[in-house]
Formats: sequence, structure tokens, C-alpha cells
Amino acid sequence: MSLVSVDNVSFGYSRDRLVLDGVSLEIRPGASVGLVGESGSGKTTLLRLLLGLTRPSSGEIRFDGAPLDTRRGSFMRDYRKQVQAVFQDPYSSLDPRQDVLGIVSEPLRSLGIPGDRRALVEAAVVSVGLEPGILGRYPHEFSGGQRQRIAIARAIVAKPKLLLADEAVSALDLSTRIRIVQLLQQLAADMTLVFVSHDLGVVAALCDEMVILEKGRIVEAGATRKILADPQHPYTGKLLGSVPRMPA
Amino acid sequence: MQPLLQIQDLNLTVDGKPLVTDLSFSIAPGERLGLIGESGSGKSLTAMAATGLLPRAIAATGSVTLGGQQVIGAPERTLNSLRGTVAAFVFQEPLTALDPLLRTEQQVAEPLRRRARRDGRELAGSALNREVLALLEQVALPQPERIARSYPHEISGGQRQRVAIAMALACRPQLLIADEPTTALDVTTQAEILKLLDGLVRERGMALLFISHDLPVVAEIVERVVVMQRGVAVEIGPVRQVFGAPQHGYTRALVAAAKAFDDALEGTP
Repeated sequence: MSLVSVDNVSFGYSRDRLVLDGVSLEIRPGASVGLVGESGSGKTTLLRLLLGLTRPSSGEIRFDGAPLDTRRGSFMRDYRKQVQAVFQDPYSSLDPRQDVLGIVSEPLRSLGIPGDRRALVEAAVVSVGLEPGILGRYPHEFSGGQRQRIAIARAIVAKPKLLLADEAVSALDLSTRIRIVQLLQQLAADMTLVFVSHDLGVVAALCDEMVILEKGRIVEAGATRKILADPQHPYTGKLLGSVPRMPA
Repeated sequence: MQPLLQIQDLNLTVDGKPLVTDLSFSIAPGERLGLIGESGSGKSLTAMAATGLLPRAIAATGSVTLGGQQVIGAPERTLNSLRGTVAAFVFQEPLTALDPLLRTEQQVAEPLRRRARRDGRELAGSALNREVLALLEQVALPQPERIARSYPHEISGGQRQRVAIAMALACRPQLLIADEPTTALDVTTQAEILKLLDGLVRERGMALLFISHDLPVVAEIVERVVVMQRGVAVEIGPVRQVFGAPQHGYTRALVAAAKAFDDALEGTP
């Protein structure tokens, strides 16, 4: 069974202008799926819908078989334990007044997850490649890449089934980017990953499956290897052809 | 031939803290040079220093000559005439480069008029309009008449960057300085803008200083690269040589990372 089913979902701020138009998508447990598109493709809107931050105008999203109902508090509390997110900008996504322990333990507190918080936080921090000794330090003491590791630690501390990442490496320098991609790759072995990005190279390196969005519609979806080797839709071909490559 | 831009032993500091250290390179007329580095490498500061646009708090020593004229310590009047005749800038974010309250035609008309005045002719009225439209056509904007009457918020990001390029061209500079000009754009738009820049620079015989963190983008448009790390040029040479057989450890790491993403796209990770 799919972990997430997106069933004919549309979303628009007005009736005659849809941001997402009849999108259907199945995400199986353990998959790592890249949602690729340019600005205006609807990729971020789809991610917001998956996060339960907005409701679809029509259609339905199901998680583990149950409809994602943003109005049911009890469902959403449980949903938050299962689904966590990492965002693009590591400078705006961490509270500057909290130390690492406070930041990373936040989901444990707000979701009421029992256990030794400090031990759970330490384990999360170590699993993203940081030293356990940093728990008392503050965001401004860290580089962009380290901050993104802290944000990832916060996302995985409650052991979610699904990790949603929105352009999570786009703001990072190249040498940092590749290390965070490697980290996400490692983590994706134990959970389901949905990775939203405009960067085909990163998606190709990280995701076994990809979904190409153009102007609110899915134009192509399938195994990353297959799509890269033999794109079916002309837009996919155009995207691939536009990516600058290193000289041979 | 005398270089168009010559930077010799440039040191930039703020409160004694080094930002750029002992930097030397030059650009010959018509040459295309890339300045590569990650955030904090000093690449943008170097471009600012080349045109005397550094903030006051940053102290500069060494020598920067642009069109034969010393930039460091030069009075604002001298610098003003260098900017826009010898060198012109295209920045990353076209929305901040354009005045939100002016129509495209007004934005492009301003540098055209100033350049004409410097050449000792007055440009106004229908002659000015014609030149504005001609420039918008040269940067391959569709429906130039419509775009000319549009405000920045009414056109797309790629179109805005084309307008910004038109404004730089209006100066008829010998050196075009482009600081991450495609970083804020979608990948398909980026490909179009790179092609446009490449064509314009070749046609007009302009020199190009192209600043970017993106190695493959730089490789597409320049002949020679300077790789900067924390204010120091760690490697300088022809693109194929530097990217093909990088000598410095930092360059090697950058090239390996860029190639890893390329390989993933080729399906050979």
C-alpha cells in the first residue's frame, strides 16, 4: 500500500486559475521521490498540501490509508509525528534565541513524545554528523551547512515516516550541498523522502523516482534512471537539455 | 595589447580583517573571464573594487586599472565616467536592479541618453524611442513595444534580466561585469540568458567578467577562470585546464562535486 496517495488534487486561490490541476501521485513506503519543476509549476503548493498547511480545492490526500483532514486536531497531531519537514533557508528556519538542544527537542515537546529528550536529541544530532557537544550552542555559531544539519536533526528526532524537504540544499554552497545530499541519502534508507527541487542534478543524485511538474500538472513521473535516459515529455527533455554540464 | 582591467596585488580589508588578499589578474579587450567561488570568497567584492563601488568601510590597497585609469583612490567624478563607458554591470536580482516605478522604456532610455551625451550628442524624442526599441530587440524580448510600456512587476524574471542587460548594453561598455546573472532564474530561462549573453559579448567584441558559484554555468561562457577561496585566488587558467586537471585541492573538491551531479544526471553515479 502507498504511504501517501494524492488523488486528483487541484488547488487554486480562485476558481478559474488553478495552481495545481488534477494531480495524482502514489508514494510507496521507503521511496525517495523528487518533485521537480520551475517557478510556477506548483511544486511548493503540492508540498504545502502534503504538510497539511493548506487544503486541496478538490481531490483528496491519504496518508497510510486515512484521509488527510487538516480540521481534525487529533489526526493532525498524529500526522505531525509521522511527517516532518526541512526548508530551504537554514538562516530563517532556526530560532536564534534557542540553543541546539531547545531547537532539536522542539518536536518532542510539542508532540508530547515520551522518553529521555536529551538522549534522543543527542542521537539525532550525531546521526546528522554533528558532535553531541554542540547542544548548548546557538544557531549564529554555525555555518549554513551545519545549520541545515541541525534543521534535519530536528526533523528526524521524532522518527517520522515521511520527510518532506523543500529546496533543502539550494541555498548551500556546492561543496556543502554535496555533503548534505549524501546525508539525506543516508537518512532516506530508513524513511520515505519527498524532495522538492528545481535542481535536476540534485534530484538525480538523491531520488530513485521523480515527478516533473509544469504549470500545475504532472507531465511525467517514474523511475529517475528511466526518465533521465529516455524522457517522454518534451518539457522534461527541455529541462534536461537546459542543465549546464561540466566540459568533458 | 594593454589589458582593459588589470588588478595587481589587490588587498581588501575591513577593520584590519582581510577580505581579499594579494589578488592579481587581468582581462584583455574582448576576453571572457570567470570568477568562481563560494559564498564569502570575495568574488563580488572584487567586481565592486574593479569599478570603485566598494563600501567606504572597506579599505583597498594595491592597484586596479580600468581602461588605463587607476580606480583605487580615484575621485567619484572619474569613476562615474568609467562606469557606463568602460564597464557596465548586470546583477543577480533584476527586480532590485530595476526601478519599480519606471516603465521599461524609461529605464533603458536613461543610460542611452547619458551615453549619447558623453559622446557629445543629444538623444531625445523619437530617435531615443527608436534606440530603446532597437535595444529591446537586441536582447530578444518578445513584443518589444509592449514590454517598453510595461513596469517591472508586469514582466517575467527572465524578461526583467533581459531589460537589465539592455540597460548595460545601452552604455556600450568595453567590459560587461555580470554578477551571478542567472542564479535567480529558472533553468530553462538560465539557458536562454546565457545564450543571449554569449552572443552579445561575441558580436560586440565586449570583454566579460562573469561571476558565479556555478561551475558548469561559468564553463559555458568564459575562456579563463579565477578560482577564489576566502579572498585568495587559488587557481587561474583556461577553463578546460582548470576544470579538466585542477591543481589546487579546493578546485579539485569543487570540480568533483560538480561532476558528481553531472554523473547522476547521466545515470552513472
